Amino acid sequence: MAGPLTIDVVAPDRVLWSGTAERLIAPTVEGEIGLLTGHEPVLSVLKAGTVRVRGGVDGDAEFAIEAGFVSFDHDVVTVVVEPAAPAAAAGETAAH
Amino acid sequence: MAGQQRVYRQRIRATSSLKKIFRAMELIAASRIGKARLRVEQATPYTRAITRAISAVAAHSGVDHPLTTARTDTGRAAVLVISADRGMAGAYSANVIREAERLRGRLEADGKEIVQFAAGRRAVSYYSFRRRELAGQWTGGSDAPTRETAREMARALFSRFQADAEDGGVDEIYIVGTRFVSMVTQQAQVLRLLPLEIVEGVEEPEEGEVQPLYDFEPSPEQVLDALLPRYIESRIFGSLLHCAASELASRQRAMNTATSNAEDIIRNYTRLANQARQAEITQEISEIVSGADALAAS
Repeated sequence: MAGPLTIDVVAPDRVLWSGTAERLIAPTVEGEIGLLTGHEPVLSVLKAGTVRVRGGVDGDAEFAIEAGFVSFDHDVVTVVVEPAAPAAAAGETAAH
Repeated sequence: MAGQQRVYRQRIRATSSLKKIFRAMELIAASRIGKARLRVEQATPYTRAITRAISAVAAHSGVDHPLTTARTDTGRAAVLVISADRGMAGAYSANVIREAERLRGRLEADGKEIVQFAAGRRAVSYYSFRRRELAGQWTGGSDAPTRETAREMARALFSRFQADAEDGGVDEIYIVGTRFVSMVTQQAQVLRLLPLEIVEGVEEPEEGEVQPLYDFEPSPEQVLDALLPRYIESRIFGSLLHCAASELASRQRAMNTATSNAEDIIRNYTRLANQARQAEITQEISEIVSGADALAAS
């Protein structure tokens, strides 16, 4: 198995979370998607819900989102989110 | 003679109160610029991510979306000029407007009709003074743009692009703004927003290599539909942030120069005032001496 995922969670005005983690779970318009290393390239539109980062070096993180999309390519995940209500406290502490 | 002195003193007073204003404006600009630059930096990853995603869809899906293909049916181009709300920023607004006029000349040479949009009071007054019709205008908050303004602009421009030729639809959308390169360099630049032309950050598949199959959920068209408005908004917001940082940097520089000019003027007038005072004293002495001489002689 290759190394962990490189994940960036970005909002319009700042980067919410950046680092490596094992797993990312995001609510797409067609249902939840779980991303692990070696997933095929995907670009998916997200709906309101919670983006969850699991097994990160600095612990887990969760973000409540309004909308957005996730793109996955060569184990690099970029989650672009529209800021929902204030980001989960766990995400905030992990980001800093 | 005393009048001369008084005039100089008055000018010194006036100039030093101006100097205080210049200094204050310089400090205000300096204190805001850090935040403006930070906002530029923080917004960049988002813009980059969206741009990359758009490029990926355009490159890998092969969909023929109306928004990614050039249209040529209307013969019109929308131009959004982003300038400052206030002056006191050196040539900042003038540079942007000059760049916009250059673009206008180029587009008109190509036989395009211009649909003009303007943001910032300086640009709005420039165009209204020349009695050019503005399709849309936004003023206020040029040094601290908000997402809402960007969203409004995006909506206005985007609806023009989607409209039919009879309803004032446009072929292309340009933004004329200023790029914040560094504290001392800001560059007026033209950015073509639509149709999309940038494909950056996507590796070209090598010869013989199987093109990576992107999975688009729900479908490439729907992904594009969801992405494009956001892309436009983020590009506009990015431009606004760049412009705000540039405006503040220009203002700080202009006010710094103005302060030192005011100091020069004060120094000159102080010298002249001293000279006038000295001349007055000399004259008084010579009057007294010659008066005494005249009395002694008689």
